[in-house]
Amino acid sequence: MIDAGEDVQQRIARIYREDSRRILATLIRLLGDFDLAEEAMQEAFAVAVESWRASSIPSNPRAWLISTGRHRSIDRTRRDARTIALSALAAPPASPEPPTIAALEEESGVEDDRLRLVFTCCHPALAQEAQVALTLRTVCGLTTEAIARAFLVPVATMAQRLVRATSKIRDAGIPYRVPSARELPERLDSVLAVVYLVFTEGYAATSGDEIVRHELCGEAIRLARLLVELTPAAAEANGLLALMLLHDARRATRLSPVGELMLLDEQDRSQWDAAQIAEGLARVDATLRAGRAGPYAIQAAVAALHAAAANAAETDWRQIAALYALLLARAPTAVVELNHAVAVAMVDGPQAGLLLVDAIAARGELRDYHLLHAAHADLLRRLERFDAALAAYETALGLATVEPERRFLERRISDVRTRCSATAPE
Amino acid sequence: MQYLLLIYENEQNWVNAPAPDAGAMMTEYRTFTESIAKSGNYKSGNALQPTNTATTVRVRNGKRQTTDGPFAETREQLGGYYLVDAKDLDEAIGIAERIPGSRTGSIEVRPVMTT
Repeated sequence: MIDAGEDVQQRIARIYREDSRRILATLIRLLGDFDLAEEAMQEAFAVAVESWRASSIPSNPRAWLISTGRHRSIDRTRRDARTIALSALAAPPASPEPPTIAALEEESGVEDDRLRLVFTCCHPALAQEAQVALTLRTVCGLTTEAIARAFLVPVATMAQRLVRATSKIRDAGIPYRVPSARELPERLDSVLAVVYLVFTEGYAATSGDEIVRHELCGEAIRLARLLVELTPAAAEANGLLALMLLHDARRATRLSPVGELMLLDEQDRSQWDAAQIAEGLARVDATLRAGRAGPYAIQAAVAALHAAAANAAETDWRQIAALYALLLARAPTAVVELNHAVAVAMVDGPQAGLLLVDAIAARGELRDYHLLHAAHADLLRRLERFDAALAAYETALGLATVEPERRFLERRISDVRTRCSATAPE
Repeated sequence: MQYLLLIYENEQNWVNAPAPDAGAMMTEYRTFTESIAKSGNYKSGNALQPTNTATTVRVRNGKRQTTDGPFAETREQLGGYYLVDAKDLDEAIGIAERIPGSRTGSIEVRPVMTT
């Protein structure tokens, strides 16, 4: 498999890119500590540069790196123990050994190690923001700086969050294992929630660092692929993957050239990523065929109907409304209710939608949610009640924080204002 | 009668204490423990890991909720304790959720410091 022309340095860089997460996952199991494992892996790669140049690249580089990292770390722990306790019992540091049969056998558990790593990083005894940070750092290999940039917090804060998470794993005895079948559904839910949070953070059209944000979407999709591959029985992982693929396929068309949010009916459908949509549709199909669909699969089915429509007018809103009604039965939240109301308005007209939106607004729980007011405003606008629409758009603008959404609302406000003066000139 | 003596203090004092001060404090605790052992009062005692290792377990509507940290609500007061052996945090949480009080109150799961 050695490419002619690829030198040792390039080969090592490639192994790092492709395999460092697997190596780290196994080292965490062998050494029982996240920080020791990270150090050991870095050291193993540094040793490889010297050693592979001097002799040759071993036949199983990954096993070599795992074995070297493990031995180096054990040696260091012994040395440290000796310096501190002046213990005469520690064995002399061993020189790097060739990979042992045992080390090669350890490789059979490698895929399990990656899954152990995901489940440990997303353990419910860690705060969710810590789960997200640790997953990005450890499973995806993003730098602390990049994660801090993505979540708009100082690097020192993010570094501290990571340290706190790894020390809780160590000190509180969070196990490094794949949950039992009994616990799996609950634990998988928390993993999927983290993956979706990574995605939505990347997808939110804020003014943050575009490249890092795109990277987050890519990582979330990669993570979901890993889960689908490693837990084939988990249909919801496939549903989530489909949902993210279908949303991400529209990424290029979500903002106008001047950075305004573009709604679905305004987006240039020829710019959507057709290959990604095709994969998303196939996965939705497979998930729905598998039986009882969970919340992610249902949302993916909605996204599929949008993606499959040749144009906005041909969107099957009747089916979308039915899917939201189904989702509402499974996960009754006010936000899902709002989505249902919007779909109903597309089928039965704005007046029908308005009744539902008014009922949600009356309960008050979404009082500070800008999209409730934006949806309300849109229905009033379509009913040509422009004064009321203007007031609702202004409330929405007062609550919206994301720049492209603010620009969109400002555009709507100026449109409606001309209509106000047209109907009631002053 | 038996009495449970609960030690409340600012755990940051331990984190920030210079090593000699912390050492002196440990010696004082050891001396104290020996003295109540000698007098026959001592039953058991442990130092706990700091609160950043704590996990709170509640059961609501038959579902387990796990949160990071010692988040007992202010209207909840300490009502009892179990000291258990468990192979890891998952097993400890599994035991905690079976405590009847988890359905109405909350169970803080905190590792005991090992020396």
